[in-house]
Amino acid sequence: MDFDPVLLARIQFAFTVTFHIIFPSFTIGLSAYIATLGVLWLRTGEERFIRQMRFWTKIFAVSFAMGVVSGIVLSYQFGTNWSRFSVAVGNVIGPLIGYEVLTAFFLEATFLGILLFGFNRVPRGLYVLSAAAVAVGTAISAFWILSANSWMQTPAGHEVRGGIAYPVDWLTIVFNPSFPYRFAHMLNAAYLTTAFVVLAVGARYLLAGHFLEDARTMVRMAIGLLVILAPLQLVLGDLHGLNTLKHQPIKVAAMEGHWDGSKPGDFHIFAWPDEKNETNRFAISIPRGSSLILTHDPNGLFPGLKSVPPSERPPVHNVFFAFRIMLYIGFFMIAAALFGALLWWRGRLFDTRWYLRIVAHSWWIGFVAVIAGWVVTESGRQPWLAYGILRTADGVSPVPAASILSTLLLFVFCYGIVFSMGIYYINRLIAKGPQGSAIEESEGLPSRPLAAAGRAAGEAM
Amino acid sequence: MEWYLPVIWAALIGIAVAMYVILDGFDLGVGILFPFSRSEAERDQMMRSIAPFWDGNETWLVLGGGGLWVAFPAAYAVIMPAFYLPVIVMLLALVFRGVAFEFRLVSRSKTWWNFAFVAGSAIAAFAQGVILGALIQGVTVRDGAYAGGAFDWATPFAVMCGVALVAGYGLLGATWLVMKTEGPVAERARGQAGLLLLAVLIFMAAVSLWTPLAIERVAARWFSLPNFYYLWPVPVLTALAACALWRGLVRKYDAVPFLSAIALFLLGYLGLVISNYPYLVPPSLTVWDTAAAPSSQIFMLIGTLVLLPIVLGYIVFVYWLFRGKVREGESYH
Ligand code: HDD
Ligand code: HEM
Ligand code: HEM
Repeated sequence: MDFDPVLLARIQFAFTVTFHIIFPSFTIGLSAYIATLGVLWLRTGEERFIRQMRFWTKIFAVSFAMGVVSGIVLSYQFGTNWSRFSVAVGNVIGPLIGYEVLTAFFLEATFLGILLFGFNRVPRGLYVLSAAAVAVGTAISAFWILSANSWMQTPAGHEVRGGIAYPVDWLTIVFNPSFPYRFAHMLNAAYLTTAFVVLAVGARYLLAGHFLEDARTMVRMAIGLLVILAPLQLVLGDLHGLNTLKHQPIKVAAMEGHWDGSKPGDFHIFAWPDEKNETNRFAISIPRGSSLILTHDPNGLFPGLKSVPPSERPPVHNVFFAFRIMLYIGFFMIAAALFGALLWWRGRLFDTRWYLRIVAHSWWIGFVAVIAGWVVTESGRQPWLAYGILRTADGVSPVPAASILSTLLLFVFCYGIVFSMGIYYINRLIAKGPQGSAIEESEGLPSRPLAAAGRAAGEAM
Repeated sequence: MEWYLPVIWAALIGIAVAMYVILDGFDLGVGILFPFSRSEAERDQMMRSIAPFWDGNETWLVLGGGGLWVAFPAAYAVIMPAFYLPVIVMLLALVFRGVAFEFRLVSRSKTWWNFAFVAGSAIAAFAQGVILGALIQGVTVRDGAYAGGAFDWATPFAVMCGVALVAGYGLLGATWLVMKTEGPVAERARGQAGLLLLAVLIFMAAVSLWTPLAIERVAARWFSLPNFYYLWPVPVLTALAACALWRGLVRKYDAVPFLSAIALFLLGYLGLVISNYPYLVPPSLTVWDTAAAPSSQIFMLIGTLVLLPIVLGYIVFVYWLFRGKVREGESYH
């Protein structure tokens, strides 16, 4: 057997990190939603808010557990799979991840205990505050890890001596050039992803005629959020892309399928990039579209893929197609949000069944867009691991290919089980709906014995 | 500055690892004792006693590993590839037992997730023991990188350490159950704790004999002359902790066995540190050889000194909030 350890290490890392990001995309948004429901409950005292809060918290618990365990795997994989990378850039991004643990992970993990088990023990205010602490924790976690990732894309504030990066200016390192864009775009992506799940669940109940009061709240809250956030994502993505053009022009060339930098770029609605002949086939294009977007001038020029030798180019297919998937989902989200708002305005939101049917089936689109976006970012960075500092091939650990291959298979097997069971259980919790237990519990006295919770758990089984 | 920064960091990481071993130790231990329970209600009760805490406990593992990377990247980059297979097996075991907390609750049949919880806990504990044992025996390093094979860690000593840690976590778990539960679960745990204490003492004796006999620098550290004068209290205190644990069990005190088990663990840990300091990767790399750039260590040290007390504050708060015993039949969520 003759496998390339670099390729295997990349496949393994891509697999585990893609698995991981599915859960943050949902838990970052859902924790914020849960905290919002809690605040509404405190302010209005309305039953439906606490009922929904308790309902989503059960789903949150299952997702969060999968997020935590898959994240712990990743934090060790820097060492197991990318040990030379860990040495070369550890001085710079190690502390960012250290800060993530101290400011975010402990906060999330500790207050999660109160959110899941404290309902009958703590006063209402503290209960909702714990939900907020978890939400803030997840956002802080995104802050640090995205700072680390952005530094790998657009390194700044360091100097390289003997192949090792040394920190010079921490503020510049943390707030490196692509970080603000990536942070805003990713956080918004998480909120969008969650809003689509909430919308889909609400629509599902409306179609089935169950839990109507809760379903209306879900659909209204989701549409209200999406009308603002979906268009905002287009703006943030555009700014992000313009910034990337400054720092990683070849990544942008791959996103646009732009080969020849001496001509203005067309925007390809569809095309099949042909890496061998350095051209696109079957292109359906808007002439000069890319130039207009990227340079605000139909005749503007930007570097093409041919400006660097093939060995310096990222895998064009991955970047090109992933970018289109993200983009089209983005446009679909905008359309769905605006149309929903229109229906709401006309008073038809809850009985336009074809619309509800479509959104009930689009719960997954946010996740796909997030993964596609990360493929653009990460594949587009190739062949560099830390842009301009360390090549991917030089970052790998001295581990035999057979070890990496066997653990890769183990990961696929284990994650396959955990993931399919997780989805199955979440689906069942959704099918059960927001009902029963929360009503009775919400009347409970603080620090009452946990018998009621025991009954509730019994029901959930 | 340059000289003592790595020492401070070694101490901080030592503390993080000790916190991990004790905190996740007791909840892994409860998993290890799961098969000896008699009914689903008892298992619910056992689960309930650790459920609010396990996630925070496991975060110390992230801090330990992350901290090692932050402060000693060169050591991190040797240790992780050297223990590639046991590390990944440990992580996957933790995946299964971590999701079992939530999945067990929502699944119709609990059998499989009970199994995942037990197997995950036991395998994670065993793998950690193996890694520790193999690290003590030494790692082949050339030009600052790991230069050994994929199975160098698989030695009889490492396997013994793996079994020892399963017993040790079992002891922590049993004494935790004595403290935090009542009824038949607590009664059974009291019996288990006695047996496990015996096993742990045998393993501690074995490690204390094996390492100085097999590794010269360990023998020199303990038995050379002025060191011996300073170090003799360690075994004596260990014996005292074991006696306190035993008395606590016999006299049916609630908290004494758990606290003594912690003391026992800390003393064993101290013994290992004494044997190996200042090596992070025995027998070649010391804390100074592998330290990160001083600027990185300082940047992180400032944050740690401010943040760690706050973190400890709210962790203590949550343990306090969920104080008291979990009753029989008391379930989850
Ligand atoms: C944009 C956000 C984001 C991104 C890009 C990542 N994560 Fe993550 N991670 C989170 C957002 C998050 C979170 C929201 O904080 C999680 C996810 C769900 C959860 O349970 O907490 C989490 C959990 C989590 C945990 C467990 C924390 C605990 O014990 O509570 C670890 C160790 C990591 N992650 C590590 C990583 C690493 C090494 C990544 C990169 C390769 C990474 N995460 C990408
Ligand atoms: C609507 C139009 C959108 C545009 C123009 C856009 C633009 C971009 C660009 C240019 C990048 C790559 C930046 C780089 O690597 O330097 C990117 C990455 C990404 N996108 Fe989008 N995007 C859009 C919609 C979306 C949507 C709807 C989602 C998810 C719900 C999403 C999620 C992501 C994620 C997770 C990344 C990777 C992280 C990052 O680099 O920010 N995007 N996007
Ligand atoms: C969480 C969302 C992320 C996703 C979905 C993602 C996705 C990917 C993918 C698909 C690859 C393989 C790229 C290729 O080989 O063509 C990759 C590689 C990699 N990513 Fe990410 N990534 C994410 C975040 C991060 C973060 C936050 C970091 C670091 C702080 C990171 C570090 C790496 C490293 C070290 C590699 C391996 C080397 C390489 O192939 O470039 N990733 N990631």
